[in-house]
Amino acid sequence: MSVLAQIAQEASDLQNIEAAGGAGMAYGLAAIGPGIGIGYLVGQAVQAMARQPESAGQVQTTMFLGIAFTEALALIGFVVFILLKFV
Amino acid sequence: MTSAATNNALTMSMEGPSPAMQVGKDLARRGVIITPAMVVLGALGWGAGGAWSVAYGLSIVIANFLLASWSLAWAARISLALMAGMAMFGFLLRLGLITVAVLVVRNASWVELVPLGLTLIVTHLGLLFWEMRFVSASLAFPGLKPKPGKDASHVSSPTISETKEHQ
Repeated sequence: MSVLAQIAQEASDLQNIEAAGGAGMAYGLAAIGPGIGIGYLVGQAVQAMARQPESAGQVQTTMFLGIAFTEALALIGFVVFILLKFV
Repeated sequence: MTSAATNNALTMSMEGPSPAMQVGKDLARRGVIITPAMVVLGALGWGAGGAWSVAYGLSIVIANFLLASWSLAWAARISLALMAGMAMFGFLLRLGLITVAVLVVRNASWVELVPLGLTLIVTHLGLLFWEMRFVSASLAFPGLKPKPGKDASHVSSPTISETKEHQ
């Protein structure tokens, strides 16, 4: 009987580890896309500022909003992770 | 290629008022404006815990916007290359800070995770759309730009300068 209880406990632990790993992986994957997006966005913005310094203000404003919008994707991934893991 | 196209982005920096900081302050101001309504909504939906959670979520969003704008403005004064690096690593850093801020309080008695998570997403996107409408209106209709002195956001323009001599 104690062997069965031990097996059940180990299976439960394994499930918990898998669930934590899955949630963590989802969170990490949700951060990769915005990371690529922000890198591309900022690279293009810096190039635009270098080419047209007179429009640097408008470019930076648009860049900041773009970064924040892209970041929202990571935030959504984070919130989904939190809700799946803890609720 | 024009002569402007030969500018080296690695050695350039921005001078003058930072548009990112102005947008960040604007977002924070709008966030403070919507706080009472959001807290009431949280209280109606989830009680006192919901109200506290919504307030906490809003403070995270506002702090995130202010930190992002301040870091970009600070880095742009040094060089555009540093600004690019700050945008990338700042994103990771702020995401980590948000994670820590939520995980630290997740077991607190006054926290409801659902309204907290919803607040993070809804206010982040809502404030951005609100600000974007304002910015696009001021770019498309220059006559509608706010007057300096009353609300000088997006009016001032920074200048770009070389931080080093070209090789």
